[in-house]
Amino acid sequence: MTSEAIPVRPVQYLQAQMRWRWSEAAFWLATLLPLVLTPNYLVLASQIAITALFALSLDLILGFSGIVSLGHAAYFGVGAYTAGLLSKWGWGEPLTALVAAAIAAGLFGYVTSFIVARFRHLALIMITLGIGLVLQEAANSAGWLTGGFDGLQGIHTWRIFGRFRFDLYGYTAYGYSLAGLFVIFLIARRLIHSPFGLALRGIRENGLRMPAIGAPVHSHIQTIYTIAAIIAGIAGAMLAETTETVSLEALGFQRSADVLVMLILGGTGRLYGGLIGAVVYMVARDQFSGLNPQYWYFWIGLLLIAVVTLLPNGILGGLAHLARRLKVAS
Amino acid sequence: MPPVFGVLFDGFAYGMLLFLMSVGLSVTLGMMNFVNLAHCSFAMLGGYVAITLMNAFGWPFLATLPVAFIAAAAASVVLERIFFRRFYNASDLDQCLLTIGIVFVSIAAAAYIYGTDQQPMQLPPYLRGSIAFMGLDLAVYRLFLIATALLITIALVVMVEATRFGAQVRAAVNNQRMARGLGINVDGLFAITFALGSGLAGLGGALAIAMLGLDPQFALTYLIYVLIVVSVGGLGSIFGSFAAAMLLGFSDMAGKYYVPAIGAFLIYLVMIVLLMWRPSGLFGRR
Repeated sequence: MTSEAIPVRPVQYLQAQMRWRWSEAAFWLATLLPLVLTPNYLVLASQIAITALFALSLDLILGFSGIVSLGHAAYFGVGAYTAGLLSKWGWGEPLTALVAAAIAAGLFGYVTSFIVARFRHLALIMITLGIGLVLQEAANSAGWLTGGFDGLQGIHTWRIFGRFRFDLYGYTAYGYSLAGLFVIFLIARRLIHSPFGLALRGIRENGLRMPAIGAPVHSHIQTIYTIAAIIAGIAGAMLAETTETVSLEALGFQRSADVLVMLILGGTGRLYGGLIGAVVYMVARDQFSGLNPQYWYFWIGLLLIAVVTLLPNGILGGLAHLARRLKVAS
Repeated sequence: MPPVFGVLFDGFAYGMLLFLMSVGLSVTLGMMNFVNLAHCSFAMLGGYVAITLMNAFGWPFLATLPVAFIAAAAASVVLERIFFRRFYNASDLDQCLLTIGIVFVSIAAAAYIYGTDQQPMQLPPYLRGSIAFMGLDLAVYRLFLIATALLITIALVVMVEATRFGAQVRAAVNNQRMARGLGINVDGLFAITFALGSGLAGLGGALAIAMLGLDPQFALTYLIYVLIVVSVGGLGSIFGSFAAAMLLGFSDMAGKYYVPAIGAFLIYLVMIVLLMWRPSGLFGRR
């Protein structure tokens, strides 16, 4: 962000931020390409869209509000298990299950936000990690409800609107998850470019000064944390519905760490960071899937080290830097 | 149901191990605010060095311990010089990511070299078996563990409380900028402390093999325990780390003996509650 481009009035600034750019339109058009170009990879594409949604929810709290979370998969898992259990108990209608999952994850997020909003720094990292681990242990112990280590069996998702069946090739799944991603992205985009979103960035930059200009830091953090939990829950529910399985892996530490890596890779604090990161990470993992998972993490580790030492703002940050350099040169 | 004192004894030994593995992290975190998630990778390195020397070169167990210390300390100095020092002023998140990256690499490297199985470990005869004492069977190895760790703890406390180096460390933990202002070479001090702390972790890792086992996931599994010790005990406080390590050792052992169904659940819950009560840890000042 260069200073000369900023108009004087805040409203104008926000409106300028909100304007759609050509690159954004191109990005969303490109998301339709897998339907035509790689119809064999639609199942993967749908998982990428869901993961991107999950990364977007983490970006809202981490990238825009500065809340580092190592336990974000907890909300993903709550959503996934809500949708999975509803289906197992005989209600497989996907859209209402999404709403139910959003409510469940949102409630859990709201309750935990009281804890999270009080902390910064290491204590915050430990608290979020602890919440994730507690939930994982709880789900593991409550085998009668969650199926424990074996995962939830017997999920069947009904047709969307009673018409579109979730087929083996993933046409419906991809359309469904992409539509969900797009709608929620629009909401998140609107949210970030609102005065509330601006206040969040203020909190990220300096949480001590924000109260001085009258911003209620605690309640702002609680609000965005709950919203992020809702979105994560929806993403989890979508994964449960499209794959028709839920396992403990849905709320494990690994998933929290993975989504963090994706977001860092793409670039935090940029709406498209999580999306790009999810695409790159998931495609790479699919390509290297022949590798032993142990060795896959070797490359992820190297990648993390390289990104934080060489590309501190992720892929998108690096691209933006490059674009600025080119502009200066020309 | 095992006798209470037996559980207390095991918990004590376990707590001492956790203390050895976490005290270095606590001090370096307190001094530089550097979140080093790779701390347990140094412990794992110490463990693998010890096991290699024993199984492949036939070294006696006791002789491997100092080598484990030195290897971990040396590796930490190399990493500190190449990577960590650039990140002292970076955000928590960047530090976390850099060091978790190192954890991933170390796990994969260990799996590549040693495979993913638990390492076989043969204790020397004089450390095997147990002694009957007041109706209790005390494992000799655990007694040895407790004695070693207590000796190291005393040495640490003396060093920090009674030497010039220790006074400088305390000053740097208390107020890094002020210490610099007084002419203390905080960077050099930090490098030494960091090496010392990682060396202790390496020693802890070598001592831990016979009690906790050693596989490539060690770096991640015990990282969580070490982080709990550090955050509950309070940054930069040796006594805090000691108390927290004991608390964790006792409660984990007691939980495993009396309510195995709950598992680690209890510990995480206790940690959350403790941190909510005192966000900067039991003995932390910030």
